[in-house]
Amino acid sequence: MTEEHIIGKSVPRKEGRDKVTGAARYIDDMTMPGMIYGATVRSQIPRGVIKHISFDPQFEWSEFVVVTAQDIPGKNCIALIGDDQPCLADGKVNHPEEPILLLAHADPHLLRKAVDGVSIEYEPLPAVFTIEESERCSEIIWGMDNTLKTFLIAKGDVDRVWAKADYIVEGEYTTGAQEQLYIENNGVIAAFDREQGITVWGSLQCPYYVHKALMALCNLPAEKIRVVQAETGGAFGGKEDYPSIIAGHAALLAMKSERPVKIVYDRLEDMTATTKRHPSRTRHRTAVGRDGKILGGEIDFTIDGGAYATLSSVVLSRGTIHAGGPYYWPNIRIHGKAVATNTPPHGAFRGFGAPQSLFAMERHMDRIAQAVGLSPVEIRRRNFLKAGETTTTEQTIREEIDLGKLLDRALELSDYTAKKARFAEENAVGPIKKGMGIAAFLHGAGFTGSGERYLASMVGVEGCADGNGTVRVLVSSTEFGQGTNTVLCQIAAEALDLPYEDVRIAQPDTNQVPNSGPTVASRTAMVVGSLVRSAALGIKQTLIAGGMIGGSYSAEEFRAACRRYIAEHGELRSLARYEEPAGVFWDDEKYQGEAYAAFAWAVYVAEVAVDLSTYSVKVEDFVALQEVGRVLHPVLAKGQIAGGVAQGIGFALYEKVIWQNGRMQNGQMTNYIMPTSADLPPIRIFFEEMGNVHGAYGAKGIGELPMDGPAPAIVNAIQDALGTRFDSVPLLPEDIFEALCAGGER
Amino acid sequence: MSHSSNDRVKDNRGKCDLALTVNGKPKTVRVFPMERLLDVLRQELGLTGAKEGCGEGECGSCSVLMNGELVNSCLIPALQAAGTNLTTIEGLADGPQLSALQAAFLECGGAQCGICTPGMILAACHLLNKKPEPTLEDIREGLSGNLCRCTGYMQIFEAVVQAARRRASA
Repeated sequence: MTEEHIIGKSVPRKEGRDKVTGAARYIDDMTMPGMIYGATVRSQIPRGVIKHISFDPQFEWSEFVVVTAQDIPGKNCIALIGDDQPCLADGKVNHPEEPILLLAHADPHLLRKAVDGVSIEYEPLPAVFTIEESERCSEIIWGMDNTLKTFLIAKGDVDRVWAKADYIVEGEYTTGAQEQLYIENNGVIAAFDREQGITVWGSLQCPYYVHKALMALCNLPAEKIRVVQAETGGAFGGKEDYPSIIAGHAALLAMKSERPVKIVYDRLEDMTATTKRHPSRTRHRTAVGRDGKILGGEIDFTIDGGAYATLSSVVLSRGTIHAGGPYYWPNIRIHGKAVATNTPPHGAFRGFGAPQSLFAMERHMDRIAQAVGLSPVEIRRRNFLKAGETTTTEQTIREEIDLGKLLDRALELSDYTAKKARFAEENAVGPIKKGMGIAAFLHGAGFTGSGERYLASMVGVEGCADGNGTVRVLVSSTEFGQGTNTVLCQIAAEALDLPYEDVRIAQPDTNQVPNSGPTVASRTAMVVGSLVRSAALGIKQTLIAGGMIGGSYSAEEFRAACRRYIAEHGELRSLARYEEPAGVFWDDEKYQGEAYAAFAWAVYVAEVAVDLSTYSVKVEDFVALQEVGRVLHPVLAKGQIAGGVAQGIGFALYEKVIWQNGRMQNGQMTNYIMPTSADLPPIRIFFEEMGNVHGAYGAKGIGELPMDGPAPAIVNAIQDALGTRFDSVPLLPEDIFEALCAGGER
Repeated sequence: MSHSSNDRVKDNRGKCDLALTVNGKPKTVRVFPMERLLDVLRQELGLTGAKEGCGEGECGSCSVLMNGELVNSCLIPALQAAGTNLTTIEGLADGPQLSALQAAFLECGGAQCGICTPGMILAACHLLNKKPEPTLEDIREGLSGNLCRCTGYMQIFEAVVQAARRRASA
């Protein structure tokens, strides 16, 4: 194999120049001739029947475009997985901030006032706000029993392990909602033309999700819907399903007014009305032998899905599959359940269920260590999955992964042992208590089980003769900071042996690019990257077969060959479609088999200092060590890890959604606090490459992994510092204060 | 009083002239006195590099330099900018030549999604103008009014350190 010339190099981010000069065009930077603005009238109550809608006569309503559910040409739903979520409430509302009515006007200031000029009268119905209330079923708000989805994973015979156990360790762990808090709020522009149909430009992750939703909503055929991604200012899952809603709203206003309509949320609307990470509750009951080995266990993993099913089934699936962590369970039963509440639907957020269930697993591991009398290090070492063993879904680990070695290196990098000994002495005096915490975890890359087979993603690469680059990558995979543009161009350049500058990537536009699937699930580098490589090689083979280049060629010869081929044949385009590798087994019914094509593995170590005069926690050092296969671009890869760790620290210590009657009360950056540059520790990032080959040039998924580890590592470190158990995140100073005042359980 | 579009759109009554210098060029625009400087920049002057992230001075995405001081343009009424000298992200590069900070952000991974980048670079610019050789603590403090959700800030710190070094040796 020849030495790679671009893979592994930190080439400049493709759209980076536009981003550092301010030239990059985000949705709110765009305008169109005749464009007007749209706004949403939303439910003020969590649940009830709409009795009457009235319009304040002080406004000249004839100047406004007004859209209600009655104006919807197609089906009043946001087509995604199930079709239970209406685009506009029709007769009843099921959560605060549910869209009821749309307004549009040329003057955005007047429009904002007019939203308050619409009054809705309701007959309120009893509402449900927590997992426990939903489970009680005293009020049925969804389906027959408030249950959006369940999964059961069963391996071995759990019922027989309890009698053999030397220890039975139980615990309950909870995590709160978390706002994605991309700095660019959700926004779209929709335009309608009777001939061409609807075009939507937006800040979004998944152009073809929006495309599908608009077809159903607007009752238009595929070719009359065009979705174009504008530069997108952060997403983290928060622009996976929500853009279908806001795009639907703008499209309805554009159809009624026949003018382009822009809807851009302000921060308060974005935070209170759009999706967040699912709150969760996980119960563990584990049978452990005298030697600390896990004999078996039961895990109940429950998430709060909010008022509609949206993506909850998929979030639940990933959380359920990850619930057993990177450990070997000879026997296990995992119940996963998503329940409905009268809050806005929770959705995708980096990690997608795994940060919730892994928080529980890694906190529980420390509790098992305590029960058995082993160290947190030793309990993990004795239970790590090894090559050849099977996961909870009975997927055999075929790659050479040595988690013990990963753990040793993380301990060394963090100076774990020496620091623990030092802190044990120093903590005896003074108000500052320090501690060290570990989290070991895994994250599956790509869609779960048969997901990639159903998606059957398609990717194109085409030769260009316009003098603007040599080849162009055609994918619907979107850039929102992670480096999609850069990494996919690197892969194509590597495959074609061309300079990186010769490859460009098309703007995701459903009229121009094939459906390479949604940009989610840490699948882009691994799954789409492999397809880009195949499609690029297709171009090369075509040119070789046509006698236009030989087996080796200069970039100039390749460019000339492209031009010649295009002159003779009109176009030079190669498509590649996903094909499932042979021998992959997955049973959707039993939830058994190869859950993921590859797992990334990690051990994170947090060092914290708790100040008992203020009860504040400072993370003083953070080591993030991971195995993600081949690192395609070191700068981008480190950026993914640092960003994920920072969000994980926020999830653990800062970011608390305050709910009141199902509505977020702190929907501003002033009162919902994310980490600033002054709050974070040095985040020290290390990669271990163990020679596993996946995806294009050996890459596995990376984007979501770093979200999983920080919360448990930090809370484990706080327990180490204080000797008190904390089993919930976010963990704010007031929570620590209260627990310590109450005596704190050890 | 009734609310109709006559109040604003078709009627420029109440607007006044605002003269200021933007990226070295003198400009005069018609504005409402209490209009946000951010809107004047983005809508009247076509400079969309400054972004609105929160509209309440928390995120710093709308940061610009006003007479050399870092301000949140979403909190500045237009008239307060009268006669001032403004620098926006569009004014940093010298033609195709990126400034040291812009180049360092590009190289070190200081920009991911890019939405906070214009404000962040201007905050870094302000810091280096005041403290050409900042310590890591200075950088953490100096950028703490500008939120970034993508990077975890580490590569932004690297970029500022690198730009400071290059400016010193230039």
